[in-house]
Amino acid sequence: MSPKDAHEARRRRENATAGELSLAIASGPGPIVRPYGDTTGDGMVQVSFTLPLPHDKRAEGAAVRLAMQMGIEPALLVHAKAIGPDFTFFVVYGPVKHLVDIRDIDIVEREFELLSSKEVNTAIKKHLRRKLVVVGACIGTDAHTVGIDAILNIKGFAGEKGLEYYREMAVHNLGAQVSIPELVNTAYDLRADAVLVSQVVTQKDAHLHNTREMSAAFREAFPAGAVPHLIVGGPRFEEGAASGLGVDRIFGRGTTPGEVASYLIHALVDPDTRVTPEPRRKAKSA
Amino acid sequence: MVLQQRRVLELDPAQVRQARTLARTAGRPVVDLAKRHTTVSVERATLRLAGLAGADHELVPWVNHLVDTVRDQVGLERGVALPVWDALRRGEAPDLLTLAQKSAGGAVHFDLPEGRAASAAGKAARTAVARGIRTIDAQRAKREKLIARHGDPKQKPWIYLIVATGDIYEDIPQAQAAAREGADIIAVIRSTGQSLLDFVPEGATREGYAGTYATQENFRLMRAALDETSKELGRYIRLTNYASGLCMPEIATLAGLERLDMMLNDSMYGILFRDINPIRTFVDQRFSRQIHARAGIIINTGEDNYLTTADAVEAAHTVTVSQLLNEYFAKEAGLEDWQLGLGHAFEINPDVPDSFRLELAHALLARTLFPKAPLKWMPPTKHMTGDIFRGYLLDGFFNLVGAMTGQGILLVGMMTEAVVTPWISDRDLALQNVRYVLNAAGGLTEDFHPPRDGFIQTRAREVLGESIDLLQRIIDDSSSPAEPALLAAIADGTFGAMKRPPTKGKGLDGVVAKAPGYLNPATDLLHEGATR
Repeated sequence: MSPKDAHEARRRRENATAGELSLAIASGPGPIVRPYGDTTGDGMVQVSFTLPLPHDKRAEGAAVRLAMQMGIEPALLVHAKAIGPDFTFFVVYGPVKHLVDIRDIDIVEREFELLSSKEVNTAIKKHLRRKLVVVGACIGTDAHTVGIDAILNIKGFAGEKGLEYYREMAVHNLGAQVSIPELVNTAYDLRADAVLVSQVVTQKDAHLHNTREMSAAFREAFPAGAVPHLIVGGPRFEEGAASGLGVDRIFGRGTTPGEVASYLIHALVDPDTRVTPEPRRKAKSA
Repeated sequence: MVLQQRRVLELDPAQVRQARTLARTAGRPVVDLAKRHTTVSVERATLRLAGLAGADHELVPWVNHLVDTVRDQVGLERGVALPVWDALRRGEAPDLLTLAQKSAGGAVHFDLPEGRAASAAGKAARTAVARGIRTIDAQRAKREKLIARHGDPKQKPWIYLIVATGDIYEDIPQAQAAAREGADIIAVIRSTGQSLLDFVPEGATREGYAGTYATQENFRLMRAALDETSKELGRYIRLTNYASGLCMPEIATLAGLERLDMMLNDSMYGILFRDINPIRTFVDQRFSRQIHARAGIIINTGEDNYLTTADAVEAAHTVTVSQLLNEYFAKEAGLEDWQLGLGHAFEINPDVPDSFRLELAHALLARTLFPKAPLKWMPPTKHMTGDIFRGYLLDGFFNLVGAMTGQGILLVGMMTEAVVTPWISDRDLALQNVRYVLNAAGGLTEDFHPPRDGFIQTRAREVLGESIDLLQRIIDDSSSPAEPALLAAIADGTFGAMKRPPTKGKGLDGVVAKAPGYLNPATDLLHEGATR
């Protein structure tokens, strides 16, 4: 492609007018992207929302205005329906003018290798020479054990067996609504290598408060360097927020037991990558 | 209707009888065990029937103070009624509330009355508790009157919608709006964790996690609001709340006093999913169901929960077994067929081949086994992924099964399940989905006859067979002859893969073995069907 064409391709990718064909090279998306409807660079999105207005012309105008303020221009109001006397539901389509530079996106790349259950067991046997002790619970008032059960129960999740299935792991699932002191004491008594906590209820940021409280309690009860590896999981945690919450790792929506098992090997077992010194036999004080 | 339903699946009547007999065999020892025990919550419920309400400035209810003090001084082996009304007769306090207040300060001396003092105390207690029972009777009569005036929903299944803001004053307009949009039943989801509180919170509450606290005042406010809406719509709007948990007897009582119409009340849910002690649960459950029976409340059981923790195909028979046990325990407590909203759910992985046919088979099996029960049909949750468009389709298929198999109560599925608590638009779209399916296919029950020995008939029989095997295993599986086999099975992890031994679990310290001379006027009145 000539420099001139390359320049034009770049302009169209980064600043295409609506519907304008891109001159994208088949080698993959450029660093600047916009939504794709049916034509590269068309920027098409759909949004739906409700306004607290009775359904009339003014409400429709307000919906279009809102969509424009969201960067959708021109906004195509394709559906409007009254929900009772005081609300109207809208569906809007249109090209969004915003661009995203994917070079600016921070993501947590998986820092560990995915292992089979056999490899996990072998690694524990070879390097740890004892069972890896995992304690799991839902803390606070959260009664939704679906997350922790998916990871720990033999039944597992997404076709992968849970951690209880791993011969070389001793898994203790404390279930729902476990108080933080109870969790700390149990982890202490069982000499847990890792503590997994699931938080599904996120109303009023309960998951964040609970997690901070939990990590602080562990740091208080254990001597430095002897705190079990703390992992939280749940659908509304932001990856990358681990250190702010005082935990070692966060797992988000869709995490499978195999990923957690592989991570535990990476963080606690494999001598090349593990973060905690081993063996950590003594963790007494309280 | 019954005959026609039987023909649809052509189950072997001998097998159906066998399944019921096995459920009775498994359940009866547990009922005997329940009869030999009482709990702090049963005793507190008795005081609530006698009119004791309210809480101290730290919001500890007076019923808790009084029961705890009596227990400390003389134990609960003979019940709370005798020592309490004996103390009133001796002039320790002029009335129940003052007695509770004084007892909280340690200023009351309780005795276990004997002879004539005991019979006088028992009589006074019965008079007081009977007033509460008569209030429940009056509320039931009022419900019947309002239904006669405003009418029942025009269509079956009845449409069941959930509100859950945490704030009762937000819940009320949402519930009224939902009723205007077409809901026949409003369920107010409880705050997460209330099932593990060993007291019932007081007053109108404005803060809760993922739900609103069940309190007597919240019940009253919501029922009053829905009475208004019923009048406006010309259709009696039913109100639902949750009894399961550590305070099952008390919440059931408050529901009867405040004319709630349906209550979630599962025989084993608290044990399996909340780790509440099995004996506590069975004792509390029996009392709460006796109250529901008296109050004309329809119970909803929680079989959907089994399918959220276990595979919905592999564990299909655990649903049937639980329904049979729930039916036995419910009837034993005096509930009638029309009050049994036995649960089941649309939770098969949609990627499984023939998943819809399997769902149909399972739903028809429940419908056929319990032809006179309303049955509560619950929407997909486990396979709602956040892909709201796919979820909307799945909910449509769920509605279709509900329409084709004549379910009594349909809990409306939300496409935003697992994403957010429902928005106003989610509810509106969900109701459009239900209306479309019921309009378009509501009459399909008439045309739908799965072929003899075809996929659906075969699958239904298979599940029934597995249920019978499981019930048989439960009965044979007794570890010690003294312990009911069902408790041994629960301890072994037979249900929901959770192991719950009878010596563990929350609320165990609130269980008391009855001694000779135990008196509880509430259970007497409920058992006798008496009003005085």
